[in-house]
Amino acid sequence: MRNIQSGSLQSEIDNNDKTTLGFWIYLMTDLVMFGVLFATYTVLRGNTFGGPLDRQVFNLPFALVETLILLTSSFTCGLAILAMQTKNKTQVLMWFVITFLLGLSFLGLELNEFNKLISEGNSWQRSGFLSAYFSLVGTHGLHITAGLVWMGICLVKVWKEGLNSSLSRKLTLLSLFWHFLDIVWIFIFTIVYLLSGI
Amino acid sequence: MNWQSFIFGQLSWSDLPHQWFTIGGTGAIFTMLAAVALFLTITKRWQWLWTNWLTSTDPKKIGVMYLVIAFLMFIRGGLDALMIFAQQVVTVGPGYLGAQHGYLDANHFQQIFTAHGDIMVFFVTMGFLFGLINLIVPLQIGARDLAFPFLNSLGFWLYVAGAILINMFFVLGGEFAATGWLAVAPLSELQFQPGVGVNYWIWSLQISGLGTLIGGINFVVTILKMRAPGMTLMRMPMFTWTSLMSMLLVISIFPILAMTIALLTLDRYLGMHFFTLNNAGNQMMYWNLIWMWGHPEVYVLIIPAFGIYSEVVSTFAQKKVFGYPSLVAAAGLITLLSFTVWLHHFFTMGAGADVNAFFGIMTMYIGIPTGVQIVNWLLTMFRGRIRFYSPIYWFFGFISTFTFGGMAGMLMALPPVDFQIHNSLFLVAHFHTMIVGGALFGIFAGFTYWFPKITGFKLNEKLGKYVFWTWLVGFFVSFVPLYILGMMGATRRMDHYSPSTGWQYLFLVSLIGALIIVVAVILQVVQLVVSIKQRKQLRDTTGDPWNGRSLEWSTPSPVPFYNFVVIPQVNSRDAFWEMKQQKNKIPVRYEDIVLPKNTALGIYLASFLFLFGLAMVWQAILFAIIGLVGAVVCVIKRTFAEDTEYVLPAAEVAKLDRQYRLAV
Repeated sequence: MRNIQSGSLQSEIDNNDKTTLGFWIYLMTDLVMFGVLFATYTVLRGNTFGGPLDRQVFNLPFALVETLILLTSSFTCGLAILAMQTKNKTQVLMWFVITFLLGLSFLGLELNEFNKLISEGNSWQRSGFLSAYFSLVGTHGLHITAGLVWMGICLVKVWKEGLNSSLSRKLTLLSLFWHFLDIVWIFIFTIVYLLSGI
Repeated sequence: MNWQSFIFGQLSWSDLPHQWFTIGGTGAIFTMLAAVALFLTITKRWQWLWTNWLTSTDPKKIGVMYLVIAFLMFIRGGLDALMIFAQQVVTVGPGYLGAQHGYLDANHFQQIFTAHGDIMVFFVTMGFLFGLINLIVPLQIGARDLAFPFLNSLGFWLYVAGAILINMFFVLGGEFAATGWLAVAPLSELQFQPGVGVNYWIWSLQISGLGTLIGGINFVVTILKMRAPGMTLMRMPMFTWTSLMSMLLVISIFPILAMTIALLTLDRYLGMHFFTLNNAGNQMMYWNLIWMWGHPEVYVLIIPAFGIYSEVVSTFAQKKVFGYPSLVAAAGLITLLSFTVWLHHFFTMGAGADVNAFFGIMTMYIGIPTGVQIVNWLLTMFRGRIRFYSPIYWFFGFISTFTFGGMAGMLMALPPVDFQIHNSLFLVAHFHTMIVGGALFGIFAGFTYWFPKITGFKLNEKLGKYVFWTWLVGFFVSFVPLYILGMMGATRRMDHYSPSTGWQYLFLVSLIGALIIVVAVILQVVQLVVSIKQRKQLRDTTGDPWNGRSLEWSTPSPVPFYNFVVIPQVNSRDAFWEMKQQKNKIPVRYEDIVLPKNTALGIYLASFLFLFGLAMVWQAILFAIIGLVGAVVCVIKRTFAEDTEYVLPAAEVAKLDRQYRLAV
């Protein structure tokens, strides 16, 4: 878009406004999808078909470590956005790299847990309960993966082009997405892991 | 895994067309494509089609394309309907074409009614509605475009990809889901449907559903953010209101559909156990989930039609709509209540008397706001000067048909009664009364009403009335026998019954009704052709052929691609009516207009997802990877695309505007 006319500036602000609202609505639709998965998990939690119960397969301290890593990544993501508002490119890059690494290690831990379950013969094919578990946590993991890809591309762009307004907008949306995944994970931690301890 | 199955999955030579219906279907598809290609080549219109239509981000163009595809699919789904009716008439006699009874074997019959239901809901009614909403809502709110023009194009192309995919089984595989339109589990599980039929169902609906969801987000943001100055929510035209509600429903429920289909996919592809009979799956969860989407979905279809009727009634009664706030409130209440009634689709599941009572009562509650709306429309006409043009005929047809079908619905809302007529033809007759008599008649009303706005000329009025009467008579002749048959105990989805039941003559009446509807549809095509021929006489020179009330009528017909030269200032409901009363001319002050550029990325992205879907149907991993990676690359490319808008300079606007005025 040409930025010479005064009208265009207004139109850019409007566009920001619309994009943010649209993205929020997208997040809410995503939340409905997770809602379905949570409902499914709650219904199928006891359907173990002679396989392991939830308290037999989950390791609470392990899940707590995952949670703390993801919460920290959300915090560093927030710091990155703060740095973005002061136009501090180095800090933005630094905090996002830390966020990226934390997200990556979260993903690694999750895959490790999946791998352990499968190697013990408790894959998603074992019972309705395990199907629901793998799908719920796996969908969250897929979202994290998508977020990491998005973050990686944005980081390269920021590094090359600096913090222009369009990149700043994308980073803001990315941080919304990241915090959203954090919130979903808190529910997963509660409903899947904490409740299994009761 | 060997390389062959890596590339082609389960696809083999024997999956190419060899039955009479697959050869026929494939032949028809390729003949049509060849005819279109030939026409475009002879008239040298490939470039024109690509730049003016396919890559367009103009909601008016996209709207027209929606209508075209929806009409093609309407013919397709209508042929299915005829085949169903015909089978039910001849099924008492000897078998033909290798079938035991009638001319379709049981499995094929099941595939046909499944395809009929899916096509009519997802690709016909939804397509028509998205078309009309695209065409009219931006004009009614005084906007030049949608909030996300690219996403609109993408949503349309995903819809097209889904529509093609649901027909691809003719060409590859020859088998569709034999499960009913919702592919209820566990019938749709691998154990009972081992072929690719359900896979086609899954990927077609998943892809087109994604398009619908994107469209929903787009219209909610557009209506909330892009209204002309002064147009508060309570000044919006009724069609905009009901579109907003319908789209709010879309964004609330389509994620449920997407996830439900995804869970079924996981069951079928990865051996999970959400809805399977073994390993502790829960089949009834599928019913709950699919109807949590499915019931609000029928309101997605009907609520915009309510808006169309409101517009038509007030325009042709030449009065403002009676009780506007109560109409808005009623539509809003219907929107909310639609979430609380899903269980009435399976009272017989055995949830118990308390649960059934709750859902029965909630279902009857919906009758109250619906009744409010009907009273509102009737009172709008009261002491009005009604002008009898064909759009209001459709309204009259609607109000009688819809009330009739609504009463049948109230009957079925009573769980004890429902136990008697559950899954009978009574139910089939009920929901056809609602969707045809409600949504489809509304679409026809809206199409006739807004046709001059889009094309610049009206439809032939006399033929329009013929169309209406044929449709109405055909509809009742076709579906009233089904109510009777349902009461007599005929179940739905029945490919064979004993001649001793004495049902055949009623099925025959139904078939005759269906043939009358065929005549009506032919008349519709004739009406369109004749109107195009008479376009000089039927020309709308004013831009306001019906003495309309809302902003779309303040523009010239056909609407210029930038919609409004000056964004109007709105001071009341029925904004254009007020301008006309006060003889307010919008002061013309030309300004630069920012508009979205055309983009082909929507087509590319949808093509990649189509490839992905088709490959997943056959589990052809290589092509699935190509499709998915291609789609992701397109998304990334678009995310970082900078140069997506252009400026139409004020001088150019002035020139174009003078041309439009001269043409008028």
